[in-house]
Amino acid sequence: MTEGKILTTEEIVKYFTDEFKTKIIDVKIKKRSAGIKKNITPYIWMKIDKSAFKDIIKHLFTLHYPQLSVISGNDLGNTIELIYHFSINYGQRMNETILNISVDLPKSNPEIETICDYMPGALISEREKQEFLGVKIIGIPDKRRLFLPDEFPEGVYPWRRDETGPEKLYRNLHEAKK
Amino acid sequence: MSKATITKNNYQIPIGPVHPALKEPVFFEFELDGERIVDVNLKLGHVHRGIEWASRKRNPVQILYLAERICGICSYCHPIAFSLAVESAADIQVPERAEYLRVIHGEIERICSHILWAGVAAHEIGFDTVLYLSWQIREKTLDLTEFLTGNRVTKGITMIGGVRRDITPDMIPKIQETLKYLKDNFEKIRHIFLDDKTVKMRTKVCGILTKEDALKLCAVGPLARSSGVKKDVRVDSSYFAYGDLDIDYITPDILTGEINGDVYDRIIVRLLEIKQSIDLIEQCLDKLPAGPIVAEPKIPKLLAQLKKVNGEGVGRHEAPRGEVIHYVKLDGINEAPFSWKVRAPTYNNILPWIPMLKGQQIADIPIVAASTDPCMSCTNRVGIVKDGNMYEMNKEQLHKLSIEKTRRLML
Repeated sequence: MTEGKILTTEEIVKYFTDEFKTKIIDVKIKKRSAGIKKNITPYIWMKIDKSAFKDIIKHLFTLHYPQLSVISGNDLGNTIELIYHFSINYGQRMNETILNISVDLPKSNPEIETICDYMPGALISEREKQEFLGVKIIGIPDKRRLFLPDEFPEGVYPWRRDETGPEKLYRNLHEAKK
Repeated sequence: MSKATITKNNYQIPIGPVHPALKEPVFFEFELDGERIVDVNLKLGHVHRGIEWASRKRNPVQILYLAERICGICSYCHPIAFSLAVESAADIQVPERAEYLRVIHGEIERICSHILWAGVAAHEIGFDTVLYLSWQIREKTLDLTEFLTGNRVTKGITMIGGVRRDITPDMIPKIQETLKYLKDNFEKIRHIFLDDKTVKMRTKVCGILTKEDALKLCAVGPLARSSGVKKDVRVDSSYFAYGDLDIDYITPDILTGEINGDVYDRIIVRLLEIKQSIDLIEQCLDKLPAGPIVAEPKIPKLLAQLKKVNGEGVGRHEAPRGEVIHYVKLDGINEAPFSWKVRAPTYNNILPWIPMLKGQQIADIPIVAASTDPCMSCTNRVGIVKDGNMYEMNKEQLHKLSIEKTRRLML
C-alpha cells in the first residue's frame, strides 16, 4: 500500500490541476458543516476528460490508498456520466475528503478502462455499470452479469433514458411474463 | 451450474439464493475438495426490486418512505443517507437539535442490529440459548425505538432537514432506564462471547480477512475495522453531531492487543460498538441543545424549494454494517430527483467473502457468512452435486453440520 503525505483538500485539488491542467474540466469544493462546533466535511467534485482517466486514477493511488464507495451513473442524453465516489485520508479524526471524479462517455462509444488492476474491489460496481448503463469496461476481469437475471433481454439497460431503456418492458409487464 | 468442472476429487455445492445464514437472497457456488472450500463464485440480484427506478415517479419526501423499505434492519440509515444527499445538493442546514436527535436514533439502530447479529451468530454455531438471551435484550431496545418513534421497525422518523419527532424531557428517564438495562446486561453477553471456550474454538482463526484484502476489496464497517482498517464515517468525517462527540475507531487490538481479522475479532468489534453506542447516546442526552427539530416544517414549501434545486450531492452514514452512501442528482425541472443511487454496506462486503471462505470447511460457511452480518436473506435448500448426482441438503441439515462441528470440538 502506498502511503504518501496527507494532503489537505485544497492541496489535493492543486495537485490534480497542476498535473493535468486542461484535462480537468471543472473542479468544485463543497464544504458542509455539522453539529454545534460546525466541523467541516469537504467534498471535491471533479469533472475530468476521459483521455486522462486512467492516469488520474494512477496519481490518486500515489496520494493515499483510497476507498471506492461506489460508481454512480447518469444518462445525460448524448453522454453517459460515470461518477466515482472515492474517500481519501480516512483513518484520522475528521480528516477525510470525499473525492467525486466524474467522467463523460459519448453514447456512440461508451467505453472506459477498468480500475480493478488498482483496486480489485471495484469489480462489483463496474459489473453493475456494464449491465445497468450499457457502458463497456475495457479490461474488466469478469464480464458476467451480476444483478440482472440471465433471461433479461440483451441490449436493454435499466438506467438508460433512451430507446435502450427499460420502458418497453415495464409498460408491458404481462408480455414480459410470456 | 456447469457440470463440466466436476472431477472425481472436487465437487461443487450451490448455496442460495436463499441460505440459512443470510437474511436476504444471494447465490454461492462452492467448489470443494472433500470438506475444504477451494473456490467461491457468487451471483446477486435476486431481490433487485428496481427501487432506484421507482424513485423516478416520486418526490423526495415520498422517497424517504421508499428508502426506509430497502431493508428492515437498516430502516433508519437509508432514508437518513438520502436526506444527507438531498441536503447537500440543496444546501439545507439542519438545526443543531435535530443533528443530536439523528445521532440518538442512529445509535439505537446500531445497538438493535449488533445484538440481533450476536443472536444470529450464536444460532449459527448451535448456541441457541444465547440467541434467546440476546434477542431478549434486543427486545428492550425495540421497545425504546417504539417509544421514541411510534414504530418498532420502519421508524418514519427522518425528514429532509431534520427529524419528525422530538425527544421531550419527560421521555429521557425511559431512555436512561433502557440504557441502564443494556449496560447491566452487556457484561453477561460479553462474558458469553469472549470468554466461552466453545465460541473461541469455532471463531478463532476462522474466516480470516487480512488488512490488505480488506483495503483492496473495499470492505467497510465492523468487517474492515476487525481487520485493522481504521475506517468509520462517524470518526472520519463530521456529520450529524458526531463532530462534537467523543468517539474513536473500534479495532480488536483495543481489547486483545492484536489484530487477526478472524470471526472472533468481528465479535469483539461489534460488542465494543454496542458499548460505544450506549456512550454516544448518553453524550447526546447530556449535550442536547434546544431549538427546532426540522429546517422547514411545511412540506409543500420544502418540496417547492427542492424542485428549484439544480445540483447533486452524496450522503454518507455509518450504518451498523458499515458505510452507506447515497448519490442524488436534482435537475431543477422535475419534482422527482433525476437520479438516485443507493449503495448499501453489504455491496462492498460481498467480495471479501471469497478470501474469507477459501480454505474453510462446509460447516464453517454459516458462521463465516454470518460474521459479515450480510444484509441479504434465508435459504431453505442447498443442493449438493457429487459425481454428477444431485443431493439435496436443506437448511436444517446444513445447520446440523455446523452444530455437530461445535459438539466435536467440545469433546
